[in-house]
Amino acid sequence: MSTNGTENIIEVRGLVNQFGKQRVHDSLDLDVHRGEVLGVVGGSGTGKSVLLRTIIGLNRPREGRITVLGIDARKTGRESEELLRRWGVLFQDGALFSSLTVAENIAVPIKEHTDLPGDVIQEICYLKIGLVGLPSDAGPKYPSQLSGGMRKRAGLARALALDPDILFLDEPTAGLDPIGAADFDMLIRDLQQSLGLTVFMVTHDLDSLVSITDRIAVLIDKKCKVGTIHELLQDQHPWIKEYFHGPRGRAAQKE
Amino acid sequence: MERRTPRGLGGRNTNEATGRMAPESGWIEGRHERDTLVFSIGGAWNMHALARLLREVRAAIPSRATLGGRTRARIDLANVSVLDSSGAWLVADTKRRLDALGLKTEIVVGRAADRALLDRVDKALTRIGVLSKPARARPILAALGNIGRIVVEAGQKGHELLSFFGLSVILIARAFAKPWRIQMKATFKHIETTGLNALPIVGLLNFLIGMVVAFMGAVQLKKFGAEIFTVNLVGVAVLRELGVLITAILIAGRSGSAFTAQIGTMKVNQEIDAMQTIGLNPVEVLVLPRILAMMITLPLLTFYADMMGLAGGALMATLSLEISLDAFLRQLHDAVDLSTFLIGILKAPFCAYIIALVGCFEGMQVAGSAESVGTRTTMAVVEAIFLVIVFDALVAIGLSILGI
Repeated sequence: MSTNGTENIIEVRGLVNQFGKQRVHDSLDLDVHRGEVLGVVGGSGTGKSVLLRTIIGLNRPREGRITVLGIDARKTGRESEELLRRWGVLFQDGALFSSLTVAENIAVPIKEHTDLPGDVIQEICYLKIGLVGLPSDAGPKYPSQLSGGMRKRAGLARALALDPDILFLDEPTAGLDPIGAADFDMLIRDLQQSLGLTVFMVTHDLDSLVSITDRIAVLIDKKCKVGTIHELLQDQHPWIKEYFHGPRGRAAQKE
Repeated sequence: MERRTPRGLGGRNTNEATGRMAPESGWIEGRHERDTLVFSIGGAWNMHALARLLREVRAAIPSRATLGGRTRARIDLANVSVLDSSGAWLVADTKRRLDALGLKTEIVVGRAADRALLDRVDKALTRIGVLSKPARARPILAALGNIGRIVVEAGQKGHELLSFFGLSVILIARAFAKPWRIQMKATFKHIETTGLNALPIVGLLNFLIGMVVAFMGAVQLKKFGAEIFTVNLVGVAVLRELGVLITAILIAGRSGSAFTAQIGTMKVNQEIDAMQTIGLNPVEVLVLPRILAMMITLPLLTFYADMMGLAGGALMATLSLEISLDAFLRQLHDAVDLSTFLIGILKAPFCAYIIALVGCFEGMQVAGSAESVGTRTTMAVVEAIFLVIVFDALVAIGLSILGI
């Protein structure tokens, strides 16, 4: 699959992350292909969020090289600024700026990176609100006035504000009810297809993994094992077996 | 499920910074075909180029006058290499503007993916509805509206505060009936933090105030050769007004705000909800100990503040007026009587009640986010100081009517 001309949009090579004496990642390699949805799973403490934070530059790795869209992610200056425009990040609870309304939140990256007139920015903000399935009256509301699911959608709208190439999601369905989670999965899938996004998704939700990911990266033994769900189902590693063949794993695959 | 190939050639395209192959940047071209106005657009229609494209597109759209009898328009996307949602928005916006000119507008799309994106954007825009233009500002009406809103809100707040006051009175009465239910440990802890820990700052400030009053009085009274009456001024001002007022304002800023922040944080963490489910009365557990602690502490602090204020005055008198400490005390004995001291110190428990009540009340009003804790804390301090000064003024007026 990776040899038939797919382009690697993210390349991680020899990544080492260490906190104190605890080594979280040890020469970890990972490729993300353009246009795919990659799910990242792993037990707690295996550094899923650390991996995400390292790729988007919030955590400096001890060693290793990370290339995103052909740009070395550790570089600073104009190139890294270019990167900021081309990825969007949805944090766990949306991480919306609490002093701004939803529409203003979405406008923040647009105002920062373009010089569009105010009414156009406003209209694009509301377009994003519509794209993520929020009602228009959510625009002037403050994050504290929204439910958890709506906050996630608003966060997604902000992540999509600049029409990025890559979307990073940190546990997008955590804390949502099953119906809300399934809706959110479908929304991500839908947007991924119509906007041509590459999605890097840290998740614990087996339903999301089964229904929307193309490939799954399992963080295990400080490294990373990547495959489609069918490949991973054949895997003999005890943790992977436990994960996909446990009761929850089986239930998710039945659908 | 079949997966669409990813949109455009984005990755190979857009990176000027790395010197990779640059994309064909977006363009628009207008021409006529008989009665049809044709806009060919091509290149990368994305957020990157949106600001420029917007200007070019708006310039290309004719006005009603230059339309010249054409009845149709066509937007041709055949040459578009990259289209993202903001590009699609601009296409939709252009169509809307052409429609508004009375032209029958159609959109011709080269790739199925672009059609899908345009539909999606159209759907989102319809769902959101045409954005209502913000109402034209009417400054006078808005100002009047604001005044009205502020008055109503103040009235509501006064009403709520009053019912909270009633609640606290009932609970205090109940607590005296069953004194073993009072949370002694919490009460003592609050006495320590609001009282003991405030001693240095309260002492220093009142000492300085005593000195300032003595100095100001001395300068004025010297003109009449009545320096000795500086002692009267210091004695009456500190004992009757300044000691209690300065201390109350200080404690409102120091402890009233802390009450709001503590209770507000607990509210945000849902600790208050947890208490209620366990069967604890949050007002009894959180508010009562704070009110009691404050009512015990503030009179004691006021006495201490009085002494420090007089000491400051005495120091200033000995240093700059050459009134000996002995003379100062003798004059003070003549100048003030017990009632002066009592008027000051008896105001303290009432001020304490106001400060603790407002602090706890605002804490209980916290809702939603951590930001609300900050706003409520500010409100608590402002309201507490306001009410303390209003109370002090009312007492002063009342006493002057009574002739005390």
